[in-house]
Amino acid sequence: MDLIHNLSIGFGVAFTFTNLLYCLVGCILGTLIGVLPGIGPVATIAMLLPATYALPPVSALIMLAGIYYGAQYGGSTTAILVNLPGESSSVVTCIDGYQMARQGRAGPALAAAGLGSFFAGCVGTLILAAFAPPLTELAFKFGPAEYFSLMILGLIGAVVLASGSLLKAVAMIVLGLLLGIVGTDVNSGVARFSFDIPELTDGIGFVVIAMGVFGYGEIIGNLSQPDDEREVFTSKVKGLFPTKEDFKRMAPAVLRGTALGSALGILPGGGALLAAFAAYALEKKIKMRPGEIAFGKGNIRGVASPESANNAGAQTSFIPLLTLGIPPNAVMALMVGAMTIHNIQPGPQVMTSNPELFWGLIASMWIGNAMLIILNLPLIGMWIKLLTVPYKFLFPAIVLFCAIGVYSTNNNTFDVWMVAIFGFVGYAFLKLRTEPAPLLLGFILGPMMEENLRRALLLSRGTWSVFITRPLSAGLLVAAALLLGIVLLPSIKAKREEAFVEE
Amino acid sequence: MLIKSQADFYSGVMFTAVGGAFAIGATTYNIGDGARMGPGYFPLMLGILLAIMGIVIMFQALVVETVDGDKIGKWAWRPLAFVLGANLAFGVLLGGLPSIGLPAMGMILAIYALTIISSLAGHHFKLRDVLILSTILAAGSYVAFIWALKLQIQVWPTFISG
Repeated sequence: MDLIHNLSIGFGVAFTFTNLLYCLVGCILGTLIGVLPGIGPVATIAMLLPATYALPPVSALIMLAGIYYGAQYGGSTTAILVNLPGESSSVVTCIDGYQMARQGRAGPALAAAGLGSFFAGCVGTLILAAFAPPLTELAFKFGPAEYFSLMILGLIGAVVLASGSLLKAVAMIVLGLLLGIVGTDVNSGVARFSFDIPELTDGIGFVVIAMGVFGYGEIIGNLSQPDDEREVFTSKVKGLFPTKEDFKRMAPAVLRGTALGSALGILPGGGALLAAFAAYALEKKIKMRPGEIAFGKGNIRGVASPESANNAGAQTSFIPLLTLGIPPNAVMALMVGAMTIHNIQPGPQVMTSNPELFWGLIASMWIGNAMLIILNLPLIGMWIKLLTVPYKFLFPAIVLFCAIGVYSTNNNTFDVWMVAIFGFVGYAFLKLRTEPAPLLLGFILGPMMEENLRRALLLSRGTWSVFITRPLSAGLLVAAALLLGIVLLPSIKAKREEAFVEE
Repeated sequence: MLIKSQADFYSGVMFTAVGGAFAIGATTYNIGDGARMGPGYFPLMLGILLAIMGIVIMFQALVVETVDGDKIGKWAWRPLAFVLGANLAFGVLLGGLPSIGLPAMGMILAIYALTIISSLAGHHFKLRDVLILSTILAAGSYVAFIWALKLQIQVWPTFISG
């Protein structure tokens, strides 16, 4: 059995002392930022990227991955106890989770979220291990034309499934692509849009963009909101374990959430957020059993299913990244950055050229999930305490970590000026209600897309039809067109808007 | 004509302006043709695409009705200025600014400056609390970044450490 052999390599790597330690650090950090509202995995991973320079690549990726799925666990705690989504993917958990907490059933709600996440995480990891090799085989058949079409599909997918205006999201992608090509052109050596600033000939650092737009932009946005009273159910968490009746209800919901989340995570543009929304919508459609509490009033299924789905989605969204080298969401875009820092070119060759990294990362996810369930259930009290720390102490610390992180990427103050500019831009995006996530995706894919477009057209001697005459490429483009077409259908359009308004 | 959605209208303006600027900038580079793309080809294409999308978004904002006019609302200048100002002060103090003859002051002083300035962005400011917070952050950063991660950052002002 190849799978078992591979996994044993992976566990061999993941079970070393250093990697276990970094896995734990990642999980703790992930839970921490998950619990704290106002800071997400994108900003955190961007902040910590520079700090991982010194680490071996496997440890670095294990830690950064831990932050992403750890945040999915932590986010539910805040959602249930404070009615604030600690993480955007926990928005729907607020609805029923908080109601359960108000009825004194915070314990079972937390347990449902934790156990559901753990189950989903394990299944997601298995799916990742099973699906990655065949997809990698397929990816080796890809030429530049296919890669270009795949990136189009990925980018379209990313916005189709996101919330908000479709056109604005596509425009943000294009803006990201444009920002991505600032710097020296690899083919001609011409420095483009660098205004003769030496630092800009290397291009804009993605840490700078991620930190400015997601870190500073969000902080400024949060501070401009008036302080609202937070009601924290700190003392009332007792009797962690759900009743037998609870188990009966949540088990099928966890299964459904996991299945849906795993499927949506693989899709380009999928991931934790979408999975949670879809899972909640599905649960609401399923017939109620007699005596069950209505949704929105504290139904345990409304906690178990989305929480399982977001964790499964977080796990399986690594599939497109590890097999094709195409990031499906903003966090994965940062992982691409992390891999490039360590001189690993993301793509199908990672599995053969760095098997210990590939399988080590997968194995670490299982270990990480096991650590997280311990961190989040028995040690819940510690995280609850954190929720009582006022924001006025938190945000200067976040500003500081951003500033140090940006500076230490290149040990250059130029990046600090740049991040201020992008902080302003990020706040402007917030005010203009444009999603910044597609921008980051476009930014990462910009140079790759240009390179593949160039190669494809060079090989075809400038005939654009190469993208539709090659069957694989044509298939990918048709899929992208279908996605766009479906979303633009009036009936689906209305549904899509409805699904995201539901908060 | 009345703007039906302020947020959309101005984002359209932004996209058109930025796209147009990129497209115009791209023409200063060699464009080439499909088979042999010059450095200007891809940015020119994308710039034009972005500008067109911006125009469509602007147009939609003038035509499609919205419930509340999608007002942009007031700009939060205070947090904006203090958060970004704190960041700039941090950069200046950490690295120094040779153009005005300011020597590098090092990480510790920069952290105090950043914490104090950024705290002014919040609603309540108590100097005592902020000083305690800065001390904790400075000590924590020293342990985490200098001692544990061994990042190459100057810690003390140049005239002390030499």
